[in-house]
Amino acid sequence: MRKTRLLVAFLFLGVDWSAVAWGASQDWLAQVSGKERVRPNPIAHCEDQVAAGAILYRRNCASCHGHDAHGIGKRPALATERVHYASDGELHWLLTNGQLGQGMPSWSRLPDIQRWQLVCYLHSLSHRDAAGQGVLVGPR
Amino acid sequence: MFLGLLVLCVMATTNAPTQELPYFVTYSHHMEEPGSLEVESKTASGHPAGGDRFVANAFELEYGTRAWWTSELYLEGQHTANDSTVFTGFRVENRIRPLLREHWVNPVLYFEFEDINAANKSLLEVVGHDVGSDLTVSNAAGRADKAREVELKLILSSNTRGWNFSENIIAEKNLGHAAWEFGYALGASRPLRLAGGSHSGGFAPENFALGAELYGGLGDRNSFGLAQTSHYFGPSMNWSGPDGWTVTASPNFGLNGNSLPQIYRIGVSYEVGQISRFFNSSRHGGNR
Repeated sequence: MRKTRLLVAFLFLGVDWSAVAWGASQDWLAQVSGKERVRPNPIAHCEDQVAAGAILYRRNCASCHGHDAHGIGKRPALATERVHYASDGELHWLLTNGQLGQGMPSWSRLPDIQRWQLVCYLHSLSHRDAAGQGVLVGPR
Repeated sequence: MFLGLLVLCVMATTNAPTQELPYFVTYSHHMEEPGSLEVESKTASGHPAGGDRFVANAFELEYGTRAWWTSELYLEGQHTANDSTVFTGFRVENRIRPLLREHWVNPVLYFEFEDINAANKSLLEVVGHDVGSDLTVSNAAGRADKAREVELKLILSSNTRGWNFSENIIAEKNLGHAAWEFGYALGASRPLRLAGGSHSGGFAPENFALGAELYGGLGDRNSFGLAQTSHYFGPSMNWSGPDGWTVTASPNFGLNGNSLPQIYRIGVSYEVGQISRFFNSSRHGGNR
């Protein structure tokens, strides 16, 4: 009986959950394999899917990253140079795997084609320069 | 007081509609988004042979503690015809994803503590030698039979070609001296349309998902197996609205004589996006 109680206490109170989530790395780009990095977007005409991607963004992403993709609080902006110049494969990898150790959930619950539509939308965003001073580059 | 605080939180935060899987019993590897809260009501209704019709409800609060860790609280009760309406207990559960990347099969570890009584009819899982006749006990007698239990689940879940396949292996232990009991749950589901539309209304096909669940008991440590327990199968369907609401419905059918003939389930959930921001802004004296 005492052993069982100790087990329960361990499970619910004593576990250092962060120790369970090993392998977290700050830089998601460094985690993307070469194969995933060059993976092509199966959507032939990405510009036609921006509207669909925008709807998916509003439903799934805007509550954290903001309706304008400029971030909210600690949640990062997506209208950035880094996202703008990331390859389709890199963004798709991030949406699929998330960055669980850093707070970005996996969006594998969305069908694969919807993640590619989101990639189309993210690449359509204008982004601000490093100092946040206005638009530097328009949709690519 | 509690509900008032909850309503205040909902008003102060944004809704975050996401596509939910149409499962009542089976868990997948999809976790709650960190900082978001899902409020859900799961209702199960049935009519055991030799007993009275019942309607049981599990009120669920699911919070994304981390991207890899989801916590839940269930408050449960039921109403039985010709008897009474009773509170039947609570459950606290935690799910963690030990592997931080998406794999072909994604494991999730599940830990639950439950303090419920024998009047509980929520049927959130079937374990051991659970049978339909257990649900014919009067509410007064059932409430007197209290159980504190721990439940462990190994959740395995895969996504492929738009489908989700989830398998749960359940082990439950009454903290009194009782044998470990086991159960299983299997689920498969798919959205009606995989691609998002460019003019998607609330009733666009991609907002609907169809699925099926199969679940039942596996006996206990002393008598493991599919016999002398109950098993159910049922199709399920859900609709995830654009404003954060999800409605799920499923008729379940008993597969052997130990099962209830039918269980009718309906779930209504509302996703409150980034509720943690409300508390953070309150703590720092205003909205950021």
